[in-house]
Amino acid sequence: MININNMMELKRELSAVHMMLEELQLYLNTHPSDRDAIAKRNLFAKQYKGLKDEFNKSYGMISQDDSFSPYPWQWVDEPWPWEYEANFKL
Amino acid sequence: MWSYDKILEFPVKIKNPNPALAKIIISQYGGPDGELAASIRYLSQRFTMITPEAIATLNDIGTEELAHLEIVGAMVHQLMKNASIEEIERAGVGPYYTDHGKGVYPQAAAGVPFTAAFIQVKGDPIVDLTEDLAAEQKARGTYEWLINQTDDPDVLEPLKFLREREVVHYQRFGEALRKVQDYLQEPRLFIMPKPDFMNRND
Repeated sequence: MININNMMELKRELSAVHMMLEELQLYLNTHPSDRDAIAKRNLFAKQYKGLKDEFNKSYGMISQDDSFSPYPWQWVDEPWPWEYEANFKL
Repeated sequence: MWSYDKILEFPVKIKNPNPALAKIIISQYGGPDGELAASIRYLSQRFTMITPEAIATLNDIGTEELAHLEIVGAMVHQLMKNASIEEIERAGVGPYYTDHGKGVYPQAAAGVPFTAAFIQVKGDPIVDLTEDLAAEQKARGTYEWLINQTDDPDVLEPLKFLREREVVHYQRFGEALRKVQDYLQEPRLFIMPKPDFMNRND
């Protein structure tokens, strides 16, 4: 049985880490020689991958090309991200 | 190519249906300063951009705008989903409902359908980046006018997030433009002056 609260908590963490990735990556595009920022970005990339794997294991596919599917094909499972139920409360 | 993650970049969880809000927020979906225009503008301009920094900036901001398009679409969808026909009619959304039902159609707030005429791709790095700076400011302005028209916190939070992203993008485009200008001004001539004796005809 899926615990919705735990799943939403994991989504919250995924969002937060993804935001750090997005921000650092855009910054690095115009500051490619910032060594500290590269180290931070790589750390968040590792964290993001770990969280996605954890999500995949407990709650289903999240990443089209990286997640594994049980039988039957799980990618089609609802809800999709644009639905109310798929989102965590701020 | 792209890869899809089954999660919004920023959560959209709107409790109360509000077709009147959906009708204006849709402008950031398919309007003149909306996310579709932004995305297709940057992703098209990148083919003729110069300098590694500016090319990557267009590629990645164009990609993030696709995620924003999805957020705005989710907002319109949730604001319409549980609205009754009476609410839709009372909100003046009858004309939209006639053509699109509760579907999310790329159009401006006043009903003008999305058109590529909203954007430009000049194939000139200075022209394109200057347009992009203006585009980010126009989008920021639009989000502020939208924020002015609602007090629903479920709607305000994603609008504020999207507005903030325009500010960050403007900063990055400014840095990219400076890189391009520096590159274009770099002296690249290494010609040695011809020694005098080589010009003699005798």
